[in-house]
Amino acid sequence: MRPFRLPDPLRVVALLAWVVCAVAFAGSAGAQDSTGVAQIAPAAPSGLTVSDVANDAGRQLELNWKRSPDDRTGSTLVTFYQIERADQPGGPWEVVDSVAMATESYVDQSVRREQSYFYRVSSIGPGGLTPALSVTGPAVATSQFFNTARWSVLVYTLGFFAFVMFFIARAQSGQKTFLRRIPGVDAIEEAIGRATEMGRPVLYIPGILDIDDIQTVAGLVILESVAKLTARYQTAIRVPVTYPIPFAIAQDMVKNGYLSAGRPDAHDPDAVQFVSPEQFAYVANVGGIMLRDRPGAHIFMGAFYAESLLLAETGFQTGAIQVAGTANVHQLPFFVVACDYTLIGEELFAAGAYLSGDPKLVGSLKAIDLMKITLLLTILVGCALETLGHHGFTNWMATQ
Amino acid sequence: MKREIPLLLTGALGLLMILSFFVPHQWISVPADFMQASAIVLVAFGYVLGGANVLRVNFSAIIKQKSGWPYNLVLVLGLIATLAIGAVDGCANRGGFLNEGTTSKWIYDQLYSPMASTMFALLAFYIASAAFRAFRIRTFEAGLLAVAALIVMLGRVPLTNALTTWAPEWMRLQAWQEWIMDVPQNAAKRAILIGAALGVMATGLRVILGIERTYLGAEE
Repeated sequence: MRPFRLPDPLRVVALLAWVVCAVAFAGSAGAQDSTGVAQIAPAAPSGLTVSDVANDAGRQLELNWKRSPDDRTGSTLVTFYQIERADQPGGPWEVVDSVAMATESYVDQSVRREQSYFYRVSSIGPGGLTPALSVTGPAVATSQFFNTARWSVLVYTLGFFAFVMFFIARAQSGQKTFLRRIPGVDAIEEAIGRATEMGRPVLYIPGILDIDDIQTVAGLVILESVAKLTARYQTAIRVPVTYPIPFAIAQDMVKNGYLSAGRPDAHDPDAVQFVSPEQFAYVANVGGIMLRDRPGAHIFMGAFYAESLLLAETGFQTGAIQVAGTANVHQLPFFVVACDYTLIGEELFAAGAYLSGDPKLVGSLKAIDLMKITLLLTILVGCALETLGHHGFTNWMATQ
Repeated sequence: MKREIPLLLTGALGLLMILSFFVPHQWISVPADFMQASAIVLVAFGYVLGGANVLRVNFSAIIKQKSGWPYNLVLVLGLIATLAIGAVDGCANRGGFLNEGTTSKWIYDQLYSPMASTMFALLAFYIASAAFRAFRIRTFEAGLLAVAALIVMLGRVPLTNALTTWAPEWMRLQAWQEWIMDVPQNAAKRAILIGAALGVMATGLRVILGIERTYLGAEE
């Protein structure tokens, strides 16, 4: 049978129609991904602004923009925004960073101060880079002479310094300062006395942090008074230390204590021992000292972490009298449970002054009390103002 | 002069660091950052001092054959071997002493890490024994502590919450434990932190002003 054939003019029209459909179909198929979203470059973000970040050393510029219309809601997708920087408005452009979709700000922390920068932000999706870019500039990062967000800290710090200077001057003039008793501090002498009666050494642990932690400084200051007492009672002292610089200072503290007590001959140069900055290596060593040498008293003064209970429980099992002090709030419950006496928070910092009895040091303790009253009043005033709907004071106190 | 110069340096550098908190300008922030970075050099010298002390104390125990001296020997040999292997592995052509395949990494993974994990695991047993003592009710305060602890512990267990779903929300143990943690616990913690922060400031000020100078060692 002869196949059916269209007449020639119709064949030409049909062929043209097929070609047009095929091209249209191919075009639409190529511009869609599996989700059916068109794969063309997303629209650019708009409203790009750049400003100097306040209260810094002139090393940061902050960029803000409005999202691309295609960010989440558009027919095309935005995967991320690309941030570029140049010295001239025409480039050459250097890619600074990329941020995820739905982001509308960025802080460039790699700028040089007093230098002009131009920025552009483009949106990028599966269809490629946006053809239109949001460009702005120039912007200059400058450094400030005062961090205006910290006025409140400055006022309170100066107030505290004034209190300290006042009470020190008062103590130097010979006026007696009343100090409440701190049972934990009194217990230190009791613990050393008991170790002496038992004929066993005293183990002193000045925390596990380096000298840059002020608790270590406080622990080492107390060590001198403890060494003075052990020298007077003719009891051996052992001080295992975690870091080299506290080790050198601890050596001087112990030596100083023995000199002050008039017993330099009784000083053992090996009393202070560098162990290890590794937390659990240190615990293993100190636990060994506790179980082998059975010191009569354990004194923990400084910064402690997970090792606090490991040390204090081992010490408890040996039957030694234990006195601890730390400002690490999360370790305090462990010391309270496992030790006979615990110095809580500020008492650690007061203990050195308390034990030395130096009027200048004691004076600073009264300043702390006065500052606490000031802070208490500040909190009460702040609560009252907030309750009444006045937020100015709270905003002034906020440092961020 | 032996004491005056260190005191002067401490005071000047301490004030510079305080000033850097309030003044972000490069005239202050650049020297302050430099000072902080310089501390690394100081610490490196300190480690030499610490290492020398470890060797001195342990060599002395070995030579005098004190009780347990073989342990001192193990420590000294371990220290020297680890240092030597680390120095060789740390050479630039080996890429670093904690790279995969190096002996140092093997020592870290096979010796140090299991020993540290063992020590940490012991903590669970110590917590149990300490908790047993802590919750003995001998006084009114100890009784309060025990009751509060019981509520907090039970309130954090999913099973207890599942058993009290029939009760109004405010009566559930979870709500009680949240109140204990958010109100009395937080208030006490903040009070301690405020006191400790003031203690830190006072101690720092005493050191900067040269009032607290015992860290300089004995007067001669």
